[in-house]
This record gives sequence, structure tokens and C-alpha cells, in this order.
Amino acid sequence: MTIQQPVEPVPPTSGGRVAASTSTSSRGTRILGFAVLAGLVALVIFGVFISPPDAELGETIRILYMHVPTVSAAYVAFVVTAIASGMYLWRRSEFWDLLGASSAELGVLFFALTIFNGMMWGKITWGVFWRWEPRLTTTTVLFLTYLGYLAVRQVPSNVRTRGTVSAVIGILAVVNIPITHKAVDWWRGLHQEKTIFGTVDPDMRGTQLFTAYLALVVFLGLFVWLLIHRFRLAWLTERAEDRGLDTAIAERRAEA
Amino acid sequence: MIRDAALVAGKDLRLEWRSRVGIGQVLPFAVLCVLLFAFALDPDRNILERATAGLFWMIVLFAAVLTVQRTFAVEGDDGVLDALRLSGLSPASIYLGKVAALIAQLVVLEVVLAVAMAVLYDTTFRGWLLVAGIAGLATLGIAGAGASYGVVGLRLGGAETLLPLLLLPLLAPVLIAATRGFDIAFGRAAGPGWPWAALLGIFAVVYLGLGAILFRPLMEDA
Repeated sequence: MTIQQPVEPVPPTSGGRVAASTSTSSRGTRILGFAVLAGLVALVIFGVFISPPDAELGETIRILYMHVPTVSAAYVAFVVTAIASGMYLWRRSEFWDLLGASSAELGVLFFALTIFNGMMWGKITWGVFWRWEPRLTTTTVLFLTYLGYLAVRQVPSNVRTRGTVSAVIGILAVVNIPITHKAVDWWRGLHQEKTIFGTVDPDMRGTQLFTAYLALVVFLGLFVWLLIHRFRLAWLTERAEDRGLDTAIAERRAEA
Repeated sequence: MIRDAALVAGKDLRLEWRSRVGIGQVLPFAVLCVLLFAFALDPDRNILERATAGLFWMIVLFAAVLTVQRTFAVEGDDGVLDALRLSGLSPASIYLGKVAALIAQLVVLEVVLAVAMAVLYDTTFRGWLLVAGIAGLATLGIAGAGASYGVVGLRLGGAETLLPLLLLPLLAPVLIAATRGFDIAFGRAAGPGWPWAALLGIFAVVYLGLGAILFRPLMEDA
């Protein structure tokens, strides 16, 4: 992935803030990317063709192979955001700010996937796309919470304000995860119904267990790969903006 | 710290009393919501009676968003926030003062709302101890989280449309717990009420603690 250079490169005399590279990939990410790609192919083979249908869940277990990893990756993403937020408030470095924002974006993406594949599972199991199933409800509330975080990043403000405000929200939001879980669990506790996790056979063995773990590893790998690229893109965007300003100043000086 | 917080709360409440925004705008809005829900849900089909607890807390949340916005909007004019920073008060005490002022306004709102519902929906408020406990803890939580997000909105240049998106999903557990707690107190739902009160208590403690800590970076470094 590369970004467009808006202007001609300026000499390093302009504060030494010129980005060394304009690409988001490196040797490490290419290796990781190929490994994840191979993992995804293997996952499709195991998840769709090799793994037998479940005794209780039937063919819908194949959706579960994707549901569990996407929701896990989302939670990992929000924990990364919270840690990066705390580190930003402590260290005040651009690195932590951009890492937190990049991770939150991916968390929202994985939550959207979770809600989508949860609804697919619901359509097959319940006959409707939506029931107030605890996990799905919690995910949707938290999805909206983090949409707010992303909306804050979009508000035009200076870098320091954006960083501080979003770091605070990153911390306030992550604390709400267990509280929302508990509240929704108790709320739905009165309405016993087939849930997306409630019917999973805890004694998953053999190919099913292997596929479930393979899916988890592959999706966490995918998250890491996407995070590195998203972070580098955010970093380069900031550099391109710096460079745009430097060039504009140089042009005005040349006019004089 | 308590004295400083009382100073800030007193200032806010005096401002509110003199401007009459809460009494003249937020309270009528809450009563209007009571009417509008009746129009939407048809008062003759017993839906209102069953939904009273949920509607009560929905209206409180909507009105709380307005109150939070108002409480911090007064700090946005003429660099008042900078003056507050230079006043020598600690950020934590300013935060607690803001929370206290919010609590006072929300309690008035809840009392007016309860009276309006008792009259218009024919609601009988029973189980007073549980109702008071649930309302008190929920109000603490709403004010604690609201004050943090209020200053966030102020820092982002009064992003009015952003505050509901930020605050309401965060308050979803409060809505669930307070509604269930009220339903149990009213005798419309079975089960013990104390776990809901405990959940509200945990929410309040967590967000008051975090708010007191995170108010400093929001005030000084944003």
C-alpha cells in the first residue's frame, strides 16, 4: 500500500521531518501477510469442506468458526486502544495516539463483521436476523460506543486536543465493556432462548477444535497485519501533512 | 477539595437559577416527552403502565444530555475555562463540583418527571427504598460519566451532535439496570433488586473515579 505524494520532496533541511519511506509494507509485513493469506486458505478448506457438521449446531458451526475470531480480534483491538490511550496520556507521543486510533478503527471493523455473521447465524437458527441475544446486543452497544470514538477523531481540532480527548474516551469506553456485558446478561437472563454460544458443544474435538483454533490464530494474525499497515498509513498521512505545510512555506518564501 | 467542589457547584447552580434554562427549557422538554410517549403508545392499551420505568429513564437520559451540554456550554464563553484553570482549584475538585451541580439538577428533573408520570400515566410509585436507592445510584453514574463527556464536547468546540453519540451508548447499562430496578420496586418484575443497585453502584464508582483522574488532562493538556 502506498500513498500519493501531494508535493515534490523537500530537502531534509526543513526540520528533518521528511518521511523516509512512502510505503506501508516492509519485509516483515510481507512475510506476515503471506502467512495470513495461507492461513485463510487453509481455514476455508477446513471450515467449509473438512470439518464435519456439529451434532447440535449442524452446518451453522461454520459461521461460528468466523464469529468467535472476529469478536476476539475486536476485543484485542479495544484493549490495545485502551493501553495506547493510557500511554499517550503518560508519554504524549504521536506513536501511541496513532496506534490507539488505528486499533480502534479495526476494532469497529471486526465488530461490524461480528454483528453481520451473528445475524447470518440468527437467520438460519431463529428464522429472523435479529433477536435480543445477549452477545449480539452487547456487541452492538459497544460498536456504537466506539463509533463515537471514531467520530471524535473526525472533528477538526489540533493534534494535542484530538489526542487527549480520544485517549480519554479510549479509556472510558474500555471500562464499560464488562459493565455492559453484565447488564445485558442479567437483562436477557429472564428470556431463555437459543444463543450463539449457549448451544456450542463444550467438548469440541478433533477437526472441529483444530479449525476453531486455526481460525482464532489466523484472524489475530490478520488483525496484527492490518494494524501495522493502518498505523503506518496514519503515520505517513501525518508526515504528508507536515510536508505540505513545509512546502507551502517554502513556496511563499520563494515568491518574496 | 470538598470546599472547592462546593464553590464550583454553587456557582453552577446560581447560574442555572438566574438563567432559568433548566426550569424554563429542560423540565418542560421532559414533560413534553411524557406526553409524546403517550401519543406514540396509546394510553388506553396499558402499554404505558408496563413501560413506565423504561420511559422514565429514557427521558432522564435525554434530558441529562441537554443538562450536561448546558453545564459545560457556560464554560465555553469568553475563555471561562481558562479562568477556571487559573483560579487555583484542582481539576478533581472542579470535576466534583460539576458532578454535584448536575446531580442537583437531575434530582429535580426526576422528581418533576415522577409527579408528571403519576398524574398522566396513573403510575403508582411503590417500593420507595429501592426506588430511592436505584434513582440515587443511577443519577450518580449519569452525572459522573456526563461531566467527563461534557468537557470532551467543550474541548471539541461544542460538538453538540457528538455528545449524545458518545454518552448514550455508555449509559446503556445504567438504562437497563435502573429500568429493571424500578420494575422490581413497582412489583412488575420478579427477583431481587439489589444486584441492579450494585451494578449501578459499580458504574458510578468507576466513572466518578476515572472522571476525577482524567479531568486534569482534559482541562490542562487538551
